[in-house]
Amino acid sequence: MRRIVVTINGRERAATVEDRLLLSDFLRGPMGLRGTHVGCEHGSCGACTIRLDGAAVRSCLLLAAQADGCSVQTVEGLAEPEAELTTLQRAFKRHHGLQCGFCTPGILMSAAELLESGERPTRREVEELLSGHLCRCTGYAGIVSAIMEAVDEPR
Amino acid sequence: MTPSETAVRGFVGRALERVEDDTLLRGQGWFIGDLDPLPSTGHAAVVRSPLAHARILSVETADALAAPGVIGVVTGADVARLSHPFPSALGDAAPSFHACAVETARYVGEPICVVVATDRYLAEDAAELVRVEYEPLAVASDTATAPVVHDRSFRYGDPEAAFAAADLVVRASFRQPRSSATPIECYGVIASWEAATGSVTAWANFQGPFTLHGVAAAALGIHGSKLRLCTPAESGGSYGIKSGVYVPIVLMAVCSRALGIPVRFIEDRVEHMLASQHATERLSEVEAAFSHDGRLLGLRLDLLDDVGAYVRAPEPATLYRMHACITGAYDVQDVAVRSRVAVTNRCPTGLNRGFGGPQLYGALERTMAIAARRLELDPAELARRNLVRVEQMPYRAAAGAVYDSGDYERCLDAVLELAGYAELRAAQAPARAEGRLLGVGLACIVEPSVSNMGYISLAQTPAERAAGLPKSGNSEGVSIAIGPHGGVTVRFTSTPQGQGHRTVAAQIVADALGIDPADVDARTEADTAANPWTVSSGNYSSRFGAVVASAIHIAATQLADRLRALAAPILEAEPAEIELRDGAAHAGGSSVSLRRLVGAAHWNAAGVGGEGLALTCTYTVPIAAADPDDRINGSACYGFIADVAAVEVDPETGVVRVTSYATVHDAGRILNPLIAEGQVLGGLAHGIGAALLEEHRYDADGNLETASFVDYMPPTATELPPVRSLQIESPSPVTPLGAKGLGEGNTMSAPAAIANAVADALGVDQLELPLTHERVWRALRR
Amino acid sequence: MKPAPFILERPETIDEALALLDRHGDDAKVLAGGQSLVALLNLRMARPEVVVDINRLGDLAGSLVEEGVLRVGALTRQRRLERSPGALAACPLLGQALPYVGHVATRNRGTVGGTIAHGDASSELCLLLATLGGSVIAERAQSEREITADDLFVSHLQTSLEPQELVTEVRFPALGTGWRTSFLEVSPRHGDYAFCAVACALRAADGRVHEARLGAGAVADRPLRLRAAERALVAGESPRAVGEIARGEVPARDDYRHELAGVLVERAITAALA
Repeated sequence: MRRIVVTINGRERAATVEDRLLLSDFLRGPMGLRGTHVGCEHGSCGACTIRLDGAAVRSCLLLAAQADGCSVQTVEGLAEPEAELTTLQRAFKRHHGLQCGFCTPGILMSAAELLESGERPTRREVEELLSGHLCRCTGYAGIVSAIMEAVDEPR
Repeated sequence: MTPSETAVRGFVGRALERVEDDTLLRGQGWFIGDLDPLPSTGHAAVVRSPLAHARILSVETADALAAPGVIGVVTGADVARLSHPFPSALGDAAPSFHACAVETARYVGEPICVVVATDRYLAEDAAELVRVEYEPLAVASDTATAPVVHDRSFRYGDPEAAFAAADLVVRASFRQPRSSATPIECYGVIASWEAATGSVTAWANFQGPFTLHGVAAAALGIHGSKLRLCTPAESGGSYGIKSGVYVPIVLMAVCSRALGIPVRFIEDRVEHMLASQHATERLSEVEAAFSHDGRLLGLRLDLLDDVGAYVRAPEPATLYRMHACITGAYDVQDVAVRSRVAVTNRCPTGLNRGFGGPQLYGALERTMAIAARRLELDPAELARRNLVRVEQMPYRAAAGAVYDSGDYERCLDAVLELAGYAELRAAQAPARAEGRLLGVGLACIVEPSVSNMGYISLAQTPAERAAGLPKSGNSEGVSIAIGPHGGVTVRFTSTPQGQGHRTVAAQIVADALGIDPADVDARTEADTAANPWTVSSGNYSSRFGAVVASAIHIAATQLADRLRALAAPILEAEPAEIELRDGAAHAGGSSVSLRRLVGAAHWNAAGVGGEGLALTCTYTVPIAAADPDDRINGSACYGFIADVAAVEVDPETGVVRVTSYATVHDAGRILNPLIAEGQVLGGLAHGIGAALLEEHRYDADGNLETASFVDYMPPTATELPPVRSLQIESPSPVTPLGAKGLGEGNTMSAPAAIANAVADALGVDQLELPLTHERVWRALRR
Repeated sequence: MKPAPFILERPETIDEALALLDRHGDDAKVLAGGQSLVALLNLRMARPEVVVDINRLGDLAGSLVEEGVLRVGALTRQRRLERSPGALAACPLLGQALPYVGHVATRNRGTVGGTIAHGDASSELCLLLATLGGSVIAERAQSEREITADDLFVSHLQTSLEPQELVTEVRFPALGTGWRTSFLEVSPRHGDYAFCAVACALRAADGRVHEARLGAGAVADRPLRLRAAERALVAGESPRAVGEIARGEVPARDDYRHELAGVLVERAITAALA
């Protein structure tokens, strides 16, 4: 067991964790952040993607202990609970970029990193970004359109 | 008022954004893995068979029991003591089975015992300490040679005469591989046995059909009323697969009973791949008789489904779900069908999106393309000569389906236009001259929706059926209530997993009551102790648009009638003259707000009278039981889909690229075009995955070679083509809103359309799905 | 699917890390990006007693070009390298190959050193190292050595690294002016393990190829440098003929991959020359 301090969605959180505890389980369990979903636990589906010091990464392939001293953003950190959805989230809604919503938080975190980068990707580049995320509901078209639109919108 | 008039005026038919989305986009949905309804719930890890077929000689649990955090271990012996084998549609013909292997394991991944601990990490640690001794047995790993446990033959019209009159008979064999829809959320169950009452409460991401609730209760040896089954508000996709969660529900209920605590099981991905529920592999032999001018005269189909280790309910439904419409979109009345079921040492099969459709059309639509080549006809022309014609509607198909509406030829024309079919064809020869292989493939399919509860009775002979109770129809129950302040709550058991049922329900109710959809709360969390449900409830056979939406519409209309009755004395008008709109009842220039009306009804109930503002009603689609000639109208509605796929095949590498895909649907009246389009694109992605990438492969020893997302490959955004889609609306005369289902059609059509396109590019008839690069490369070299 | 218990060590200096590896030897596993290792831990297919997490060794991240060599710190994230103009200028093949390595979210975490030390026969980065004749610096408690790609890759997922050694740097020879490169692969889906990958670098002038580097991945138990094909290319053989020769250099793991190697070599040369 070890003591870690992680800044999660802007708030410093301290906890005692087992060495082998996965970051995904840490977020979902003791941190109460159920928006990070677990779909494969071997890094293939992308559902558990969060941002670690800004970079979108699989939280099932990280140990909670490795987040010590880092900043983590989860889907709960995109829009404040009572505040409006972000541009990106609204675009997902408009383009029907989600159905069951299970893969959505991970995709939003990858897309949020892209948006912050200020890059102007082509549709193909967005598809390549999404190739690391499995969605079995939408056929991806609405997701791609939503991200393209969000990239184009002033923030 | 015709449906199109309401469509103009109301919310139904509009592409409203979904009410589900805000919650999900914020990560605030409640999925099964997020629920923690009872204190001191143990976490289960399942010890699974490493062998495909083996006698279990001993299960040694002492080390596991001594491991940290372990609460208990539940073995096959406990399961045999505390539960019954599952009832099976084929009775004793196939091996019987419990929720866990008792004496014999029959597939890799079958549960052997369950370790329950204080968390999943510790449960997995202890599971490794369980020692099981096996005696390996012979493995049935090949469908063609596996034991056949069911064999029925059907004959409609005069197939012998049709084949005798044929100018051309096309014979072909096909194999539809095993696959699975792999929702991103796996199975999850929390079960609690209450000893004092002998009852179970289970939370699970179950998707129906609720026939399986009864199957689970029977296995637990309790009445259905003693199995309270609840689903969370959200479910992370299912596409059929989560029907099978009833098996771990039983297993966890037994664990809870044995250990005296609630037990939670969250299936992991490898477990899901190994042991949840696959789609059947099907071997098909097709013979199609044609006249010289391309009229399809007769069909013979010999179908063999591999259902895995057990005939697990609702199997052998994959064989029979499409039986009534086994002639697809074509007008042919002389048909012979042989339907067989084989059991192998593989994961049991069950619902997966398209259920029976990819298996049927993968053979039938390929056969039509092969016939077109032999007849030297364009496939579109061959289809045109055989499609059921609009003036034949409603059309009684050979095996009993009644196609309720549709103009198939118009859809065909539309898709040819949408795809640029003529241009695609024209581009082929010049490309070939440059060494480029372009292919164009067509599929015309009928998409059934809302299964007749009686279709599976075709597995029985007419005499066996006559000895039992008839089965028919498909029903949904809906409760609707308007509260004292005017908000409307509507509840039904459609167990959605992303199809936007709450949004569409709000649209329907808003139209009936003349209110804003935002004032309607649709609750879809199943709770068999509290909410209306029927044995046919659930989210399968694309039943929402046709039966659930109908039930919601009828319930809301009945509530509207009650509001009109309340308003009549106030407005001094006849109820029939009162119009509900903008949150008020209107008649002859005067109006009263609904808020006032319902306030009075609630708070001055004795003074106002009336029947109350909460009601429950059940709607049943009128589809009858099977007749003595083995004909049944297997589904309530039949949509139509015409697809054109264009591919380019790299002749040196075998790489197939789907360059464009066009699809035209007629699913009756569209309730929400945004959601309908999402269903089309999603179903298509499943179909394209099955066409190009997805297969659950077993080796000769019955080991699954594709037990993770590294080896089992759903398509990603980079593999999917640009899609053009169009909806043509021929309202169904069967349902009150004119809607049919549409969630599965492209999963049924796309594998055939793409296979036809690749066969066209290669100029070959023999192809096997999925069309992996390597397979196509080999096909090029045959 | 949860890891079996292990002890996590999170050293803050390279010396600490090396001391830990020295102490635990075979019982320890180095955790760099973790994109393979943690998945294997979760599946309980890897069961080290000690996991030595090197992610605090910030000194090991970054890259620089020095004396004609691109020196990449072992902890450099793949995504960082993919976006490093200096690295890509020195080694344009990296820019062409890295997009094929997994996905953005795995490249964000996956490291160059970790990938090389993992030694997957279908790894694009291992292929580049073999094709370009690169090397790694492997340090241990009291010593360090440079291991060439030829000596490093022993078999699939097997390298000549000792358990006590840590890859601290990966060295790609920089290509000078006049070099053209191409990278092609055939895989089931974007980002998957390839059926075959081919890297090509050549220096052409006056209508002929003066120097060439050719390599194929996923066709053998380790990435292969195709030396006979390189010689044939410099000798003026056509891309098609060089493809044929490359096919001959590839062991027949299966006929499909064998064929792909020839096709992709031909295409890669044509693309590089275009």
